[in-house]
Amino acid sequence: MRTFLYTVVSAVLLASTVLAGIGPAFAQEKLTVYTYESFTADWGPGPAVKKAFEAECGCTLEFVAVADGVALLNRVRLEGAATKADIVLGLDTNLTAEAKATGLFSPHGAVIDVNVPGGWSDDIFVPFDYGYFAVVYDTEKLKTPPKSLKELVEGNADEKIVIQDPRTSTPGLGLLLWVRSVYGDKAPEAWAKLKAKVLTVTPGWSEAYGLFTKGEAPMVLSYTTSPAYHMVAENTERYQAASFEEGQYLQIEVAGITTSGAKNPLAKQFLTFMTGPKFQDVIPETNWMFPAGKPEKPLNPAFDKLVKPTKTLLFSPEEVAANRKAWVDEWLSMMSK
Amino acid sequence: MWCRVLHAPLSDPRVTTGTIALAAVALLVGGAFAGLIVEGARDPSGAASAFDSYLFRVARFTLWQALLSTLLSVVPALFVARALARHPRFFGRGLILQLFAVPLALPAIVAALGILALYGRAGYFAGVLSAIGGQGWPGIYGLSGILVAHVFFNLPLATRLFLEALGTVPDDQWRLASQLGMGARPAFRLIEWPALRAALPGVAGLVFMLCITSFTIVLTLGGGPRATTLEVAIYQALRFDFDPARAVTLTVLQIALTFVVVLALMRLGANTVGDANLPVASRRYLSAGAAETVLNAALILLALLFVAGPMAATVTSGLEADLGRLAGESAVRQATLTSAVLALLAALLSVALSLALVMARRALALRRRVGAKTLLEYATDTGAGFVLVVPPVVIGAGWFLLLRSVSDVFAIAPVMVVAVNAVMAMPFAIRAIRPGYDAASERHERLCLLLGISGWNRFRLVDWPSLRRPLATGFAFAMALSLGDLGVIALFGSDSLQTLPYLLLARMGSYRTMDAAGLALLLGLVCLALVLAADWLGRGEKS
Repeated sequence: MRTFLYTVVSAVLLASTVLAGIGPAFAQEKLTVYTYESFTADWGPGPAVKKAFEAECGCTLEFVAVADGVALLNRVRLEGAATKADIVLGLDTNLTAEAKATGLFSPHGAVIDVNVPGGWSDDIFVPFDYGYFAVVYDTEKLKTPPKSLKELVEGNADEKIVIQDPRTSTPGLGLLLWVRSVYGDKAPEAWAKLKAKVLTVTPGWSEAYGLFTKGEAPMVLSYTTSPAYHMVAENTERYQAASFEEGQYLQIEVAGITTSGAKNPLAKQFLTFMTGPKFQDVIPETNWMFPAGKPEKPLNPAFDKLVKPTKTLLFSPEEVAANRKAWVDEWLSMMSK
Repeated sequence: MWCRVLHAPLSDPRVTTGTIALAAVALLVGGAFAGLIVEGARDPSGAASAFDSYLFRVARFTLWQALLSTLLSVVPALFVARALARHPRFFGRGLILQLFAVPLALPAIVAALGILALYGRAGYFAGVLSAIGGQGWPGIYGLSGILVAHVFFNLPLATRLFLEALGTVPDDQWRLASQLGMGARPAFRLIEWPALRAALPGVAGLVFMLCITSFTIVLTLGGGPRATTLEVAIYQALRFDFDPARAVTLTVLQIALTFVVVLALMRLGANTVGDANLPVASRRYLSAGAAETVLNAALILLALLFVAGPMAATVTSGLEADLGRLAGESAVRQATLTSAVLALLAALLSVALSLALVMARRALALRRRVGAKTLLEYATDTGAGFVLVVPPVVIGAGWFLLLRSVSDVFAIAPVMVVAVNAVMAMPFAIRAIRPGYDAASERHERLCLLLGISGWNRFRLVDWPSLRRPLATGFAFAMALSLGDLGVIALFGSDSLQTLPYLLLARMGSYRTMDAAGLALLLGLVCLALVLAADWLGRGEKS
């Protein structure tokens, strides 16, 4: 009994010391940025961005991280107008139409000088990086990767691919849109054929990539920049992205100011900083995406080895918002047969 | 005259405490629903449109896989538990039981990868299986994969809970059986089966609830969207669609389906009459015959191999990681500490709430003796279990909506994580504690009434010694479950509240699969250490 009670007491004491460190840091001037967790991880862009911006503004930059881009939008929706976020960083163009519809975002009001494929004009969101979806394959398992989406769809059913579920995952939705932009109204037929090659459909990118690197399937849906990570961090060229004749589907990541953040002058300053060199130089080798603004440093040579899309495919945010549900339902009915 | 004196007093403090515990649970779930309903009322169209042919298909698959998984986990567990009960000195028995608590703490994707390392297309057995099949082994994707994973999680759980139930068989019965020279079969029919049968509905119900809410396992190993559970649909409704009305409707449907099944399971059960006498005999076991010993040993080994296989694969891949660097990272240390503290607190709260419910149920049952159970008695018994089929994302989102206007959501995040995890772990703790408490009460109730011992004194002097071990088991399970939790933390988590599973998924999500494997190993070790500690505390000073 005594030992038990002792354990209880010490656990409670320990807990209060741990939890006491969690309170918010108070500072005169503060900017709160909501983002996804891989952005703020030790190896992500977050730490360097925080240091550089704080040096510039003489303020405190606080990151609040949630699981991913979709969770980010939901977090802001859950908090509503009372959100603590000044800036929301990490939505992609498939989410911006719905984000605007919440009325929780405010125009950035600046002239934005960015460089993304297809150009950029949006009065609310500002892009900070972009990447292309790609089928990444294991060169030790697959000697002749598909050269086009058509080859992937119609190819040997024994060469499996792991994809993500568009109901739960951003890359999953990306593949859905990719197939749609290539096949148009014939997309359901394409999915009916592709189904035979799909080993399994995971809830998110992590599970799919985990299965792929464990050798369960020779192909996975990922990004053209994935091989750069393996080349730079692991010094291996084993994993490569396949270039598709029809082009690659684009993902642009953006940030925006919330209605409550519009009152904070630091918010606008951050967006300008975001497209500038100190932020953009960090992006390629921490977020493994292409910089959307103006970096000063040249890209790591590994990025020159990456697949260059023959064509860039992208639906407008409005098209995605209008059709997402119907297209996902269509996908479901074909894949569930 | 005596009888009247010995009736439990009408205002039993146990009932009051239990009612308070129940109210706390109801508040947690009710608050979440309230938050979502208020938000959902703005656009209730999603509730009606939820009922389509897709939903019908999803519901059918959800039920089918959950029923099969339950059957495949619970039936073998009955025999494994019996085998373990028969051989208290089986080599490594203690360690086997401790290992059996670990799967609960493993995030679903870690377990899935461990299982695939054995039975996947590139698994250890792929070569052999290809040779047998004559062509490339397709892996276990599909219903078979889902079932294997669910049995991996639930067979060990069910085994330990059944073993707990077998532990309540009075020693005198064993002594008698031994004196009568009872064989294995009649001993099973007359002594063990009644105890197992009493626990069966509860354990099967618990396993069913865990399987019906399966998410990552079903999607990852299911091979395609044909394998979709209601939980996926609920998640989808809240995630991309942000449709609270639909999410609430689907959750209610999930609860209703579970209710029907749990009701049906109750018919399998039986009420056992415990032994009201104080045990005078020392524990004596039926000596098993040679043939039975071999059979039992084979059964235990088989179960061990099945459970330990994927864990061994997890350990192997974990050892490939740069463990030294990981252990040196402050993020990892902080997450380990946060995880351990949150799990300890959640387990304490969980065990306290569960004990309150178990005591109240017993007191209500004693007061009733004959006649139909009251709603309150049902609620203290299986009612709390239904918390398990309310998805964490629903509880989290609902409370977020409810609290956003009155409080700082970040400040209460740790409280929410502990509270939700504690309540989620209650069904486990209740299953572990109830058999022990009921058996002890059967022996001591009259004595306590006669001597006028009640309240804290009774708990300390009378109940505690016999509750110590079941409480420790409940504590260990609650801790393992909270340790592996991702659902709540994912919604409330922020940079300042990172747990080990959270960190693990973050590493996995940024190409660092090796780190993730290392963290999975660490998570397993932390869980095992905590379970060992709980076991040690439960054993007490004397034995």
